[in-house]
Amino acid sequence: MSFAANHPRHRNDAKVMSRADLTARLVARLHHEEAVIGGIGYANFDLWGAGHRPQNFYMLGSMGLAVPIALGVAIAQPARRVVALEGDGSVLMQLGALATVAGLRPANLVIVIWDNGAYQITGGQPTAAAAAADLVAIARGAGIAQSAWAADESDFEEMIARALTEDGPWLIGCRIDAVKPVATTERDPARIRDRFMRGIAVGG
Amino acid sequence: MPDTAPWYQTAVAVLKRHDIRLVTYVPDNVLRPLIEAVHADPFFTPLIATREEEALGIVSGAWMAGMRGILLMQTSGFATLPNVIASLAVPFQIPVLMMVSERGTLGEFNQGQALVAKTMRPVLDALAIEHHTMSRGDEVEFILDRSIRQAVATRAPVCFILSPLLTGGKVFAA
Repeated sequence: MSFAANHPRHRNDAKVMSRADLTARLVARLHHEEAVIGGIGYANFDLWGAGHRPQNFYMLGSMGLAVPIALGVAIAQPARRVVALEGDGSVLMQLGALATVAGLRPANLVIVIWDNGAYQITGGQPTAAAAAADLVAIARGAGIAQSAWAADESDFEEMIARALTEDGPWLIGCRIDAVKPVATTERDPARIRDRFMRGIAVGG
Repeated sequence: MPDTAPWYQTAVAVLKRHDIRLVTYVPDNVLRPLIEAVHADPFFTPLIATREEEALGIVSGAWMAGMRGILLMQTSGFATLPNVIASLAVPFQIPVLMMVSERGTLGEFNQGQALVAKTMRPVLDALAIEHHTMSRGDEVEFILDRSIRQAVATRAPVCFILSPLLTGGKVFAA
């Protein structure tokens, strides 16, 4: 019954996968205009690379705020699924947000963590996740019970399918490699915001 | 709302008039009557955040998704915000409403509060953020009502500073 029981117990037991491939697998499963908040850096480069959708919001700074922004969208539109894509360094910067999510228990929120144990975009300096921190264990400790590592690609797809249909909040940890994205997000904040608002049916 | 109403009752009335339902905050003693009034009124969705940056992210997401909100904090909390104001609220044109209880002046007892308070207005000016200090009960209605209208119309953040002259501030034990 436990969500955690069927998945790797520790970060080191999860397969190291491709962020671009997993992002494409996630986007392919979005059929109901789900909102996706892409954290800064490669999380949103690969989201852009997976094919633009008007329901995508791409951050251009404010490191660590993908989960809070997604939470705000989830509160305002409880009928819409909202996915936050965030790197391990960014999650570490705003760990309190996991506790806030746990306390509010938004049923429509899905958090995906891309964990390569590195500040990849700044030169690959190791994060605390590379040393010892297990972000899924931290999330569970914060109170997000439905938090687990994806064992491999097919496990990730099963977890996403469930997270997009059953009550959350959900947190899916993914070990990823250090391959650089092929795309770069278009950097026009007013346009990004306007398209996103229209994409989720809020008049510009 | 008569001018004799306490500042927080006037604030509640103006927030409701502008359909500002989401009230995120990091607690503060001076803000306590407003926080309690918000919790007591089912019109509002109150939300306590672990830090002010997080609260700003939440109200930004909610605003883009059609729900208006405000962020309540004290001076030291505002001091943690310049990066996210400059990289999220301003460039993405999100009218984040901020209300700051002014600590560190007019009878402060904590040296840390006193110094951080001196950074607030220079930071707001550097970011070209509209800000107003409310000192008297009879100006609360006008400042809040007009400034919220302007923030929404111009898609720009605004900051309301609650002076101890208005709120009584935090009084330290003798």
